[in-house]
Amino acid sequence: MLRMLVRRLALGAITVFLVSLIIFAGVEILPGDACTAFLEREAQGQLLENCRQELGLKRPASERYLEWAAGALTGDLGVSANGQKPISELVGYRLRNTLLLASCSMLVGVPLALLLGVVAALWRDRLADLAISTIAIGAMTIPEFVSATILILIFSVWLGWIPGIVLTSADAPVAEFFPEILLPMMVLTFVMTAHILRTVRSSVIEAMASDYAQMATLKGVPYWRIVFRHVLPNALLPAINVVALTIAWLLGGVVVIETVFNYPGLGRMMIDSISDRDLPVTQAIALIIASVYVGVNLAADLLTMIANPRLRTMHMRKG
Amino acid sequence: MKDTMTVDPLIRVRDLSIGFTGRSGITLPVLRNIDVAVRPGESLGLVGESGSGKSTLALAMMGYLKHGLRVIGGEARYAGLDMFALTRRELEGIRGGRLALIPQNSGQSLTPTLRIGAQLSEALRLHSKLPEGEHAVRVVELLEQVRLPDPSAIAGRYPHELSGGQQQRAAIAMALAGEPEALLLDEPTTGLDVTTQAHVLELLRDLAAETGMAMVYVSHDLGAIARVCDRVVVMYAGEAVLEGTTREVLRNPRHPYARGLLASIPKLADARLPLALDGRPPAPGQAGAGCAFVQRCAIAGEGCRTARPELATLPSGARVRCHHADRVGSLPARAPAETGRRVIAESDAILSLGDLSISYARPGILDQLFGRRPTATPTVDGITIALAKGETLGLVGESGSGKSTILKAVAGLLPPAGGRIELAGDGALPPLVDDRRPDQLRRVQLIFQNPDESLNPRQTIAEILAQPLRLYFGLSGEALRQRTEALLESVRLGAHYMDRLPSQLSGGEKQRVAVARAFAAEPDLVLCDEVTSALDVSVQAAVLDLLDQLRRSRNTAYVFVSHDLAVVRALSDRVAVLYQGRLCEIGPAAAVYAAPSHPYTEVLLGAVLEPDPDTAPRLTAADIPERSPPARGCPFQRRCPRKLGPQCDTDMPPWRRGKGGHSIRCHIPHEQL
Repeated sequence: MLRMLVRRLALGAITVFLVSLIIFAGVEILPGDACTAFLEREAQGQLLENCRQELGLKRPASERYLEWAAGALTGDLGVSANGQKPISELVGYRLRNTLLLASCSMLVGVPLALLLGVVAALWRDRLADLAISTIAIGAMTIPEFVSATILILIFSVWLGWIPGIVLTSADAPVAEFFPEILLPMMVLTFVMTAHILRTVRSSVIEAMASDYAQMATLKGVPYWRIVFRHVLPNALLPAINVVALTIAWLLGGVVVIETVFNYPGLGRMMIDSISDRDLPVTQAIALIIASVYVGVNLAADLLTMIANPRLRTMHMRKG
Repeated sequence: MKDTMTVDPLIRVRDLSIGFTGRSGITLPVLRNIDVAVRPGESLGLVGESGSGKSTLALAMMGYLKHGLRVIGGEARYAGLDMFALTRRELEGIRGGRLALIPQNSGQSLTPTLRIGAQLSEALRLHSKLPEGEHAVRVVELLEQVRLPDPSAIAGRYPHELSGGQQQRAAIAMALAGEPEALLLDEPTTGLDVTTQAHVLELLRDLAAETGMAMVYVSHDLGAIARVCDRVVVMYAGEAVLEGTTREVLRNPRHPYARGLLASIPKLADARLPLALDGRPPAPGQAGAGCAFVQRCAIAGEGCRTARPELATLPSGARVRCHHADRVGSLPARAPAETGRRVIAESDAILSLGDLSISYARPGILDQLFGRRPTATPTVDGITIALAKGETLGLVGESGSGKSTILKAVAGLLPPAGGRIELAGDGALPPLVDDRRPDQLRRVQLIFQNPDESLNPRQTIAEILAQPLRLYFGLSGEALRQRTEALLESVRLGAHYMDRLPSQLSGGEKQRVAVARAFAAEPDLVLCDEVTSALDVSVQAAVLDLLDQLRRSRNTAYVFVSHDLAVVRALSDRVAVLYQGRLCEIGPAAAVYAAPSHPYTEVLLGAVLEPDPDTAPRLTAADIPERSPPARGCPFQRRCPRKLGPQCDTDMPPWRRGKGGHSIRCHIPHEQL
């Protein structure tokens, strides 16, 4: 088990390392560099020279990569081309805001998805299932900006309960994001619930039809006990990975939603940095998002392994 | 039969019909007008092939129907209670308590996320009056009662940590937890090794005798039924076609289907091929107005097509659903003549294996870096066998004996760790399939156990058969079509099968296509890996007959792997017995199946269940599953009932050579074996 853990951690670290290489190489391969990109037409003469000096672009690429990577390990992501502020500071609040939005959505969305998925499965092909499944498909097919716009129309324009746009600055205290955060949160919850509940529904249906569920019925186990004790622990295992993917998607900055609602999160910062041609910032955010993906998936795999006795005992015996 | 006729039946099924609604909206029956009674303490066998409705009937006795099924008419009563009229709560009280089930596949019927102990104490909590605190002790007692070694350790394990036999025993213990009056057993030993099966059956017999439980034993295996049941109901296409005492049904079956079924079972004492039962049972709703068996019946008359026979009681007390029950005795029970085994000189060997060893242990990264070989004991070791042209060699052994592994190595699917694989005229074959020349590949063909998995479901039969023909002979156009047709003819399928997909064929037909595909390459050697294990016994007989015919007409050699000793006996010229990847005994089939034998062969033969009420298995060795072969000495040392002493643990026994190439590897001298 421990050996397995170490191996998975090492693999995760290697993945992040490779991703960082690709990101760095990608930026290097682009014609020009961070300064020409940022300065655009003014990229000439002294201005360009100064910029390159300050960003340290004169040294060889390998040296700059090592410095960047070493810095990233200690939390120092370099300085932005725009205004030359430390990126860690810029990113810090944005990351917090994205985490805030993601965790609020998750706190509502994950339990809701599990509940609805199980309900749809147990009342399969009945009214409840048809309603839940139809709405889920709707949620997955309607583009997020459309559902976001509809919510703004209902809650901001017609009812006037919640502002349709977030005007709070990125570094404001958490409390100031309420109630504006509710609208983006609702859209995200809507979409993620749909994804998770569909997986949960099909795996609960499968488990209810399994030999062990039939055996439990023929052993005289009451229905709800079969559901909670025999079926759900098995059926929810595959859901862990879908939940992980959804969380990674949320943490990776949901670009469209943040843009629609003007929410100061990581996704919007990424878009802004791209339109500002601020390559150091883009590079840093890409690395953060990649690390989050790897980290969340790693956590999901470990959780699956702990929750599934088949995997758990296998690794215990081997390692 | 026990003297229980006067007692009220415990289970009473009356005129029960169950069906489902087909695509066209018509109700299709899977059970038709079943009448069955089981009295306290009695054991009833339900026997039939797949699709006969035997499991549906057993589950209906618990008031349970699989998804989509419904009761069309009749009733199933347990102790007077109408099982289909009870509430869910009332059923919960009976199921697993007074009436318990032992499922077919315990590996999948035990909840994977719950420990064995937790699943047993759940049954106790639901169905016993024991206080919660005494459950743990009772769980261990129950596991002890089903003869599981180290019961308290087993209680702490998860289902996947047990062997198949142990899982089955745990399921039996779970059924016993509610101290049932009646047990329903749904193919409880199917999928277990012969020795394990025999041990589990003996356990069930003993438990029934101890506790006085009634049993309903569902099986396709008449051998198991013969051992456990007082009375038998033979099912065919959803009907009970014959009911009588076990002895009468097995000795003098008065229904043509029952007779055909018995004749299609290969028997240890009989080297002849079993008699195939042609055709297949009608699908639900296809039985027509007459007798369901009429299409396959040799004595059917005009009346059989138009009038469905009633279940009539014979003077002996047996009940039979046949218009011509008096003429059934005239049907042949065995194949007409001895097919003859040839003794083949080893000099014209087509395949020779020299000291072949195979290891599943893969070298780790460090070992690869330093070029080290894995030091683990090889899974298969020291296999030296020569196979003559046109000869059939049977490989027998329990699961884990390495028989399929050897086939894979010969086919080039697994790299051997050492030794040679030589094909006549070609010298040593490259170990892996990718390195072999097309001509070498053509000469060795493999047929798999499960045609569902070995035939591409998206290809038509013509496409499946065209592949080897194109690849090895470059055929195309009209020539290809003619050859494909001829191949289908040779496996007794008509040209009209060409455009069908595998899913439109029955199991037996699919396996025929797999056989045709192998023979399309005109091979010198065909490797058969449990090719009849997934088939019903009447279909198995037909496939065995087909393989035998093809061998005769084409002089092809077979390596025939099977866990079923009687099947191997029916087809093989020579037989090799494997234990833990090592040869124990090899020789002409007749010699291997007769004394003297290797102690392991003796154990295997002793565990075979024959469809004969007067035979009993001889269980001489425990059925402990072994995970890996011992590093030194005789591979059978841990289970051998005739172990001599320390020399068995340290020295590999010598080959003791008898007459006609019969050799036994044992420390015990030949004359004492």
